[in-house]
Amino acid sequence: MPQELSYLKQTASQTAGPYVHIGLAPNRAGFDIFKNNFGDVLTTPDTLGEQIILEGLVIDGTGSPMRDALVELWQANAAGKYNHPNDTQKKPVDPSFRGWGRSPCDFETGFYRFETIKPGAVLGRNGKMMAPHVSLWIVARGVNIGLQTRAYFADEEAANAADPVLNLIEQDKRRRTLIAPRSARAGVPVYRFDIVFQGENETVFFDV
Amino acid sequence: MMSELYQWDRTLQPPAFTPDYKTSILRSPRAPLLSLENTLSEVTGPVFSHNEIGELDNDLIRNYAHTGEPIGERIIVHGRVIDENGRAVPRTLIEFWQANAGGRYRHKKDTYLAPVDPNFGGCGRCLSDDNGYYFFRTIKPGPYPWRNYVNSWRPAHIHFSVFGSGFAQRLITQMYFEGDPLIRLCPIVKTIPDRDAVERLIAPLDLNASVPLDTLAYRFDIVLRGSRSTLFENRLEGN
Ligand SMILES: [Fe+2]
Repeated sequence: MPQELSYLKQTASQTAGPYVHIGLAPNRAGFDIFKNNFGDVLTTPDTLGEQIILEGLVIDGTGSPMRDALVELWQANAAGKYNHPNDTQKKPVDPSFRGWGRSPCDFETGFYRFETIKPGAVLGRNGKMMAPHVSLWIVARGVNIGLQTRAYFADEEAANAADPVLNLIEQDKRRRTLIAPRSARAGVPVYRFDIVFQGENETVFFDV
Repeated sequence: MMSELYQWDRTLQPPAFTPDYKTSILRSPRAPLLSLENTLSEVTGPVFSHNEIGELDNDLIRNYAHTGEPIGERIIVHGRVIDENGRAVPRTLIEFWQANAGGRYRHKKDTYLAPVDPNFGGCGRCLSDDNGYYFFRTIKPGPYPWRNYVNSWRPAHIHFSVFGSGFAQRLITQMYFEGDPLIRLCPIVKTIPDRDAVERLIAPLDLNASVPLDTLAYRFDIVLRGSRSTLFENRLEGN
């Protein structure tokens, strides 16, 4: 027998189940318990950057919205800096912006929705800049382990074309599933990003 | 200081497509996941502070008590959040939710005939301390039926959500109770392909941590993905 490695084993993931709202968004489960609730508005009036809405549906294998899914978002600030000590880029932190939000899908419409700002570009591996993007994590009943993906912005064509992660995706059609088109509503830019589990437009999910 | 995470251990993590848990069939991606080396986007994540958490948030016996205390077995659940290297995961947000003693959730979509307990909300949260240690007090949840096979029952369980320090460590899991015969029958438990990994989700009774004449205790440790020490040049951040 060779020597034994002493690593511990990861805790196994289990589905968040149909009642994930009780734990992560109790006001959506229909009751009030915490003074401070985590939500889908990431900005304050002080937050630097272009205010945007990012929204979409989470769609199952029949093409129907998953109205009980929950989406979390993690992103850099307008300068392209994460509010976390592991980010050692020489860029300013915006004290009014944590960069994290949580949005349960609406029980009626199925939409998740974040009010945030458009992030700046972040330095990637090997000195290559990554195009502005947000990381998304999706859990739901029927999802055994949280799914990770990224949303990029359609109006960043040049940056997207040079993005080292998008360029790992072989098929152009698949790459496009990560790019959110831009429109406007009441003067606010709205990016639409549907998360599709199966079928022709299946979203690229990452093992990261 | 940035370091990459060890990869997800797919020999013990459940795959997305697990037909015996029927809901997963239409809710699992069909294309392979794209393997991505960590960047800053994965090794950073949200930081939470104590002033965001209420004083009773980790006491499910009292945080929704209106006319008295909830019905059921009083228990303490405690343990540590650590990583694969055995290092503490300090000051990380841990959230938990569960059914009441009768197996009923306080949720507008739960229609099980067991009654809602007027004094039990069923959720709580806390931050781990500098050593990764956490604890909370609650009522032991009951098992409940669900629609998978006609006669499927969930073992008693508490749902856990944990952050870690990087967003790619984000984890949701469930804790089960030692001695519950429903565990080995459950299609959701059986999505986990590794027998030992299932055992590690089962919390043993911890009599030493119990409060005599008052509350029993169960111990539940959570292990997140570890991170690699930089042995040679680390090019994660570029030049
Ligand atoms: Fe449950």
